[in-house]
Amino acid sequence: MIAYYGRLALLSLKKNVLLTGLMIAAIGLGIGAAMTTITVNYLMSADPIPSKSDRLFAVQVDNWSPNEAYDEPNLPPDQVTWLEATQLTEAKMAYRQAGMGTSYGVIEPKGKDQKPYLASVRITYADFFPMFEPPFLYGSGWSTQADEARELVIVLSKEANNEIFGGANSVGETVTFSGNVFRVVGVLDEWEPKPKFFDLATGAFNDMEDVYMPYTLKQALELDTSGNNNCWKPIAEETFQAFLNSECVNSQFWVEFEDPDDKHAYLDFLHNYVAEQKQLGRFPREQNNRLHNVMEWLEYQEVVADDAQMMMYMALMFLIVCLLNTIALLLAKFTGRFGEIALRRAVGASRRTLMLQYSVEAAIVGVLGGLVGLILAWLGLQGISALYGDSTEGLTSLDGTMIAVGFALAIVSSILAALYPTWRACSIAPAGQLKTQ
Amino acid sequence: MNQIGPIFRALLRNKVGALLLALQIALTMTIIVNAIHMIENRSSMMARESGMDEANQFHLMYVGYKDSFNERVAVETDLLEIRKLNGVVDATQINSTPLSGGGWSMGLTTTPNSQDGTPVSLYFVDDHGLNTLGVELVAGENFSQTEVTYRLSNDKQWPQNILLTEAAAKNLFPDLTPAEMIGQTVFIRDDEPMTIKGIIDHLQAPWVQWSNVNNVMLVPQRGLWNANRYLVRTAPGERDRLMREVEELLLAKRDGRLIRNVTAMDEQRDDAYQDFFALQTVLWVIVTVLTLVTALGIVGMVSFTVNQRRKQIGTRRALGATKGDIMRQFMLENLLITGSGLIIGVASSIALNIWLVDTFSLPRIGWHYLPIAMVVLVIVGQLAVLGPARKAANLSPALATRTT
Repeated sequence: MIAYYGRLALLSLKKNVLLTGLMIAAIGLGIGAAMTTITVNYLMSADPIPSKSDRLFAVQVDNWSPNEAYDEPNLPPDQVTWLEATQLTEAKMAYRQAGMGTSYGVIEPKGKDQKPYLASVRITYADFFPMFEPPFLYGSGWSTQADEARELVIVLSKEANNEIFGGANSVGETVTFSGNVFRVVGVLDEWEPKPKFFDLATGAFNDMEDVYMPYTLKQALELDTSGNNNCWKPIAEETFQAFLNSECVNSQFWVEFEDPDDKHAYLDFLHNYVAEQKQLGRFPREQNNRLHNVMEWLEYQEVVADDAQMMMYMALMFLIVCLLNTIALLLAKFTGRFGEIALRRAVGASRRTLMLQYSVEAAIVGVLGGLVGLILAWLGLQGISALYGDSTEGLTSLDGTMIAVGFALAIVSSILAALYPTWRACSIAPAGQLKTQ
Repeated sequence: MNQIGPIFRALLRNKVGALLLALQIALTMTIIVNAIHMIENRSSMMARESGMDEANQFHLMYVGYKDSFNERVAVETDLLEIRKLNGVVDATQINSTPLSGGGWSMGLTTTPNSQDGTPVSLYFVDDHGLNTLGVELVAGENFSQTEVTYRLSNDKQWPQNILLTEAAAKNLFPDLTPAEMIGQTVFIRDDEPMTIKGIIDHLQAPWVQWSNVNNVMLVPQRGLWNANRYLVRTAPGERDRLMREVEELLLAKRDGRLIRNVTAMDEQRDDAYQDFFALQTVLWVIVTVLTLVTALGIVGMVSFTVNQRRKQIGTRRALGATKGDIMRQFMLENLLITGSGLIIGVASSIALNIWLVDTFSLPRIGWHYLPIAMVVLVIVGQLAVLGPARKAANLSPALATRTT
């Protein structure tokens, strides 16, 4: 029966190509615009580490000025100081923990024809690798002993390894970074979590760092600080150690729990830690310690850009206009067929069969509109990525879920659009209609 | 005009169709008004001047990586050599530039240890800074060559004299004229005094979205840190050649450094506003396609009603109505629908704007957007209806009344 309705529907759609084309175009354009912007928002708010996003927590403690909050309403800083990054990591009160920050330096050329390489660096602790699970091509991360002994060990990103070693297995080789000779312990495979959730300070969708080395080397080698550095209190002296001991926040601190409920015990620990620091004359504000798991953290830091949201709302309203358009066109179309409908009713078709028949027609429009819409969405995403450049890398691809959502949206909205016109068409009194003929 | 009565009654017979079209027009207006408002808002931000001579400037970053690299010798000889190049107007070392998105800001106060400071962004330049940046002194004097000192990474001391933009100085001393600001003391790091030596007209901070983007302080120091930047200003038309020449000049020294990010200032501007431009383009596409969809929707609807009313049209024509009367009937009908849609549209445009102001802290729309959008949409509606209406008017009465 459905197949028969399908044939009928196609016949009726062919009878008025202009109208049919307009409806398909309207739904297609609406779906295309909506899908383009929904995809960007969906990818921006995607879970970057689904296997354990509920067990990884960003830690905040409030070391800010007694006179004003870091941010209103009474929010603690987004980052932590060097003191917290080291002391909280070394306290080892969570299952895993890693303080981290960023630096940069020049990797000197190995051969004659190589150029010096300016590398961005993530300085962190051994737990970083098991916590955030970057895939390794060769070797592995370093050990906790390496952190403690301040060993000159380095993990290269795939890109850095290509640049320096031409992609070969470089584990055990050495590289000269800012005048110090480091031993390569691991090489990562491609790794681009989006958003870059563990460090949002310089942009949620920034590239990963080129190399990784122990955070403890920051003090030992007096590594430069890159990224975001915020201070509320003048630094006491003109020494590197005074800068490290200052109340400037420029590092991140993350913990992993075996069970998300362990967070309560950890908050107790933080409370005691801050109380101890208060004894030392730090933390002039009231206790304001916070733990956010990955998805809470992305929400708290408002990772989805305002512009992307505004675009999505505009596109959704545009979709509504397209649907109103489709409803009006369908209504016009069905109204034109009142005579035919009346005749069919008179010779015995029930309202249900007619409803079904016209819903099939609407669904065909929906599927075709959805197809057009997905093609337009794909084009739209290409356009977005061309317009925004590198910053949207990885945010403009349609995955299976989005394609399914697109089709569902197209079919549901076209059937919704057909609901009223169909109902109108089927509720006419056959006798009255036939008489006017 | 006495046609309005019958047209209105005819509309009532197809309430839902008319209502759908009116709603569509209301929403169209809402989207267009707010989208154009966003586009305009970004345009006005993009139109702000950086205060520089962007067409004739570029900058580059250098990083020393060998122990043998001597920052102080490098900056002194480099700048002398760059300034001697044919076509170079001037050059300076600078820690950051407007539109670059990365820099250093500090708070200044007029009394020591006061709580509310005026945020300023800092550019470290030498006595060639003003000429290289292309900014003008409004009052006071430029730095002299002898007062330019060297600054190490962990230095906390600040020099005696500084220059401020007029905007920053106005924040600190709202009641003084630029001439009176010269010689005033401001405090940095709670209680370290500095003297205002000069006021410059205008220069932007590195962050284009910063609320204090016009607050800038120039500091007469050269940085002795590993990574730094030169800004070069050239004669018109010479920049692209000099970008290559300066890079080659520095690389040829083979003194253990690398050169990165040789960037023309107008390229820097495009980068800084790339997201703005992208949002504008997306909104333009939405506005254009939306107007098209609405117009085509009207064409489709009217064509259909014309078809449906063939008999009535034929009858009216047979009873003496002119072609113009028929045209006018459809145009007026559309005007009625569009008009009521636009009245709803005014209310919903304002409502959406209020929501956008609340949610995304966008500014309010200017009232002039509303009448402009209304006029534009009325014209679009009338143009859309023109074709089908003409077709209706050209129906031959004899054929049209014939029963199919």
